[in-house]
Amino acid sequence: MLPSTAPLTTLVTLLATDVPAGLMPAREQMAVSLGWHIILACFGVAFPTMIFVVHRRGIVKDDPVALGLAQRWAKVSAVLFAIGAVSGTVLSFEMGLLWPGLMGRFGDVLGLPFAFEGMSFFVEAIFLGIYLYGWGRMPPRQHLLTLLPMAAAGVFGTFCVISVNAWMNNPTGFRIVDGRVTDVHPWRAMFNDGVWLQFAHMWVGAFMLVGFVVSGVYAAGLLRGRRDEHHRLGFAVPFTFATVAALAQPLIGHVLGLRVATTQPAKLAAFELAQHTDSPSPLRLGGLLIDGHVRGSIDIPLLGSIIARNSFTTPVQGMDTIPVANRPPVNITHIAFQSMVGIGTLLALAVLVFWLARWRGRDLTQQRWFLRFCVVAGPLAIIALEMGWIATEVGRQPWTVYGVLRTVDAAGDNGGLWWTFSAVLLVYAGMTAGAYVVLRSMARRWRAGEEDLPSPYGPEAALPEGAGR
Amino acid sequence: MSLAVAVAAAMFVAVLAYALFGGADFGSGYFDLTAGGSARGAELRTLIDHSIGPVWEANHVWLIFVLVTWWTAFPVSFAATMSTLFVPLVLALLGIVLRGASFAFRKYAATLGQAQLFGVVFAASSLITPFFLGTVAGAIASGRVPASGSGDLWSSWLNPTSVFGGVIAVGTCAFLAGVFLVSDADRNGHAALATQLRLRTLVVGVATGLVVFAALVPLEHDAPTLSAGLTGKAAPLIVLSGLTGAATLWLLVVRRFSVARLTALVAVASVVCGWGVGQYPWLLVDQVTIVDAAGATSTLVALLVAVGLAAVVVLPALAYLYWLTQSERWTEHPDEHPTAQTTRH
Ligand code: HDD
Ligand code: HEM
Ligand code: HEM
Repeated sequence: MLPSTAPLTTLVTLLATDVPAGLMPAREQMAVSLGWHIILACFGVAFPTMIFVVHRRGIVKDDPVALGLAQRWAKVSAVLFAIGAVSGTVLSFEMGLLWPGLMGRFGDVLGLPFAFEGMSFFVEAIFLGIYLYGWGRMPPRQHLLTLLPMAAAGVFGTFCVISVNAWMNNPTGFRIVDGRVTDVHPWRAMFNDGVWLQFAHMWVGAFMLVGFVVSGVYAAGLLRGRRDEHHRLGFAVPFTFATVAALAQPLIGHVLGLRVATTQPAKLAAFELAQHTDSPSPLRLGGLLIDGHVRGSIDIPLLGSIIARNSFTTPVQGMDTIPVANRPPVNITHIAFQSMVGIGTLLALAVLVFWLARWRGRDLTQQRWFLRFCVVAGPLAIIALEMGWIATEVGRQPWTVYGVLRTVDAAGDNGGLWWTFSAVLLVYAGMTAGAYVVLRSMARRWRAGEEDLPSPYGPEAALPEGAGR
Repeated sequence: MSLAVAVAAAMFVAVLAYALFGGADFGSGYFDLTAGGSARGAELRTLIDHSIGPVWEANHVWLIFVLVTWWTAFPVSFAATMSTLFVPLVLALLGIVLRGASFAFRKYAATLGQAQLFGVVFAASSLITPFFLGTVAGAIASGRVPASGSGDLWSSWLNPTSVFGGVIAVGTCAFLAGVFLVSDADRNGHAALATQLRLRTLVVGVATGLVVFAALVPLEHDAPTLSAGLTGKAAPLIVLSGLTGAATLWLLVVRRFSVARLTALVAVASVVCGWGVGQYPWLLVDQVTIVDAAGATSTLVALLVAVGLAAVVVLPALAYLYWLTQSERWTEHPDEHPTAQTTRH
């Protein structure tokens, strides 16, 4: 019988064999802190562009509603970017704190894109400062233009950081001779074969996430009957971005998946829950691998080969061809992957329905069911993005650098990591709560007609006569 | 100069910039913490908001730059340091996270109560980070980070050099912040505030200066290599620091606040440079030199390209930001507190 690949068993075997004390907590901590950062990072990537669109409209068309939106989104981004930046800093430390075996050995191979990323963070942070504090202090057009370097830096930064992840999936730019890393070509490592597609997928994913989340906020307002120009525009702009992204994403994802067949067959086998090599392969919807058998899946014949291999006959290589020691946790990978694809398909269909209806002269924003869907589309996009990462990262196991460095060897020996992991959970829960409270209260005060949101400890607020506000 | 030393120099410039500008941002936490109750401290807290609000994120990136350069150019020593100095680094990181998040939250908090909560977290965590980063510097400078890593988790940073390093870091941050805030307050017409801040900055400055020179004594036994460097080839820098530090105090006394900013920067910069020169050519003192710690040559070359590009792209933008924040237009607070200046003269 095949050994079970259920996560719990994997965990037990991991604990039983000789693994460094730092492995399990490091994984959990990496997953939580990256999973958290990535959501904020998406705002850093996509929000400046959306703000630019409304801000420009406000100036060029002299539209106070659009300008008001830009001003509010800028204030929201002040909060989001601050916690995005600190959570990114956590990651920079974690690369060394959690993965000494990776950074010590491969730091000079994978490090270059991070150096460029540092540059783009500078640009982003500098122009963020100028933009946020520039309201009313700069000539309007010049002020508007400061958004452009921010938007560009967000995209460039994404490329850089994704380049590292793509290198972990497609390691190149070095040789290993007698266990030593030599012949390092950092540029080749940076521009590895996987980077363009992975970057495109992430970039577009960021626009989906932000587009659906922000339009969802205004959809909620429309649902409550706030059908003013402010809500209409606040919905339309991000929704349009999300539309383009949602239509492109399945295509990019599909091409990305085609690569996986050749670069990481074990990952594809896990994605497709392919236990054996069937020619042609079916498409397995749902299902779990229990005791070496696939249970509860709906199999559609042939479709697996068509989608994953672009062919009527070429099979998906089965997991039974992969040595046991090189198999990823199948169920997590499979479920994560299918959730992403399922949500991606659903969102693409939804935007299609909206624009088709509009073309036929029907405005779906008048329909409560559609607005309700728009409200949940934001969280769905977030889930899709997280699931995509879980599929990529868990599907690459047991490797950190595919075929080169095992995760066991990347981790350190520090058992104290459980403490820092607990602290990370606490602090991130606190930050989430803080951001929620503050953003909610900003929205509430805006609805109540306050525009400027002066700090509550400012002189006028703290003075006795101001205290009653 | 070898490639490795050139990259190390670039990295050190980033350390220096972080110490000066990031340091001033952190130091303002000290003044925020001790500003007094919400009514009395309101004016100062608002001033701090305006001073560091536009720049703290940019100033923070210097640290990121140090980290990425370090792990790219000197990967083994990076892993060694991270594994040995795990505890102070995690605590410094905690301070960074809490500081940044609560500073942003406080600005948009809805109620005074929330603002007070976020404010206390902001101010307290602003002290944590420089202290622990100071202990990290002390640990490296006193030769307590073994080249292969896994040094002692506790004694590596709980020792005289580290603790002095931490205290000096907190003191210099507060001093820098004080000088900058006095100057801002004075320029914005908060005369009473400037007077009050001036006194407190003088106290902080004198205390920090005393600690710096007192530290030279225990350092002789605890960190002989660094100590020899500081009293040898780095001695001119230490003297320069003493002179400019004293000049800053004098300038504060005679209320030449904007010049005092310059001398304060020079005073702190020369202490930091003194440390760098003092420990050269070691990357991890007594353990591994810069040249021996370097990674692949091709990567060093690529890094220098990145550094050159960054210098061309980032420095002008950064200069523009600083120039804007110091310009007249920005000192008036058009959309935020239109009454702030007129009500408080
Ligand atoms: C909004 C988010 C989102 C949506 C709707 C989709 N994806 Fe995705 N996907 C991601 C967000 C994402 C991601 C989180 O951004 C990943 C993780 C790593 C990466 O580069 O992108 C990813 C990874 C990823 C991979 C793994 C690549 C690898 O490990 O080398 C494949 C094969 C796909 N995706 C395929 C798809 C398909 C066929 C989709 C069809 C609808 C789809 N994705 C929708
Ligand atoms: C190991 C992985 C990662 C590391 C080490 C990392 C590091 C960082 C750091 C240090 C910052 C703060 C910069 C500042 O101080 O302003 C940051 C912010 C940012 N990161 Fe990441 N990051 C990682 C993953 C990602 C990913 C996957 C993305 C892709 C979308 C991303 C995109 C961004 C963006 C756009 C910002 C700036 C916007 C903001 O501050 O919210 N990062 N990251
Ligand atoms: C540029 C982006 C990223 C880089 C460089 C990166 C790097 C890493 C590294 C070094 C590890 C530990 C080694 C390993 O387990 O293979 C890891 C694990 C992991 N990462 Fe990522 N990661 C990135 C993005 C993400 C994102 C955005 C998520 C979001 C959910 C994520 C989820 C995970 C998970 C779940 C693990 C644990 C996998 C396991 O050990 O089972 N990663 N990643």
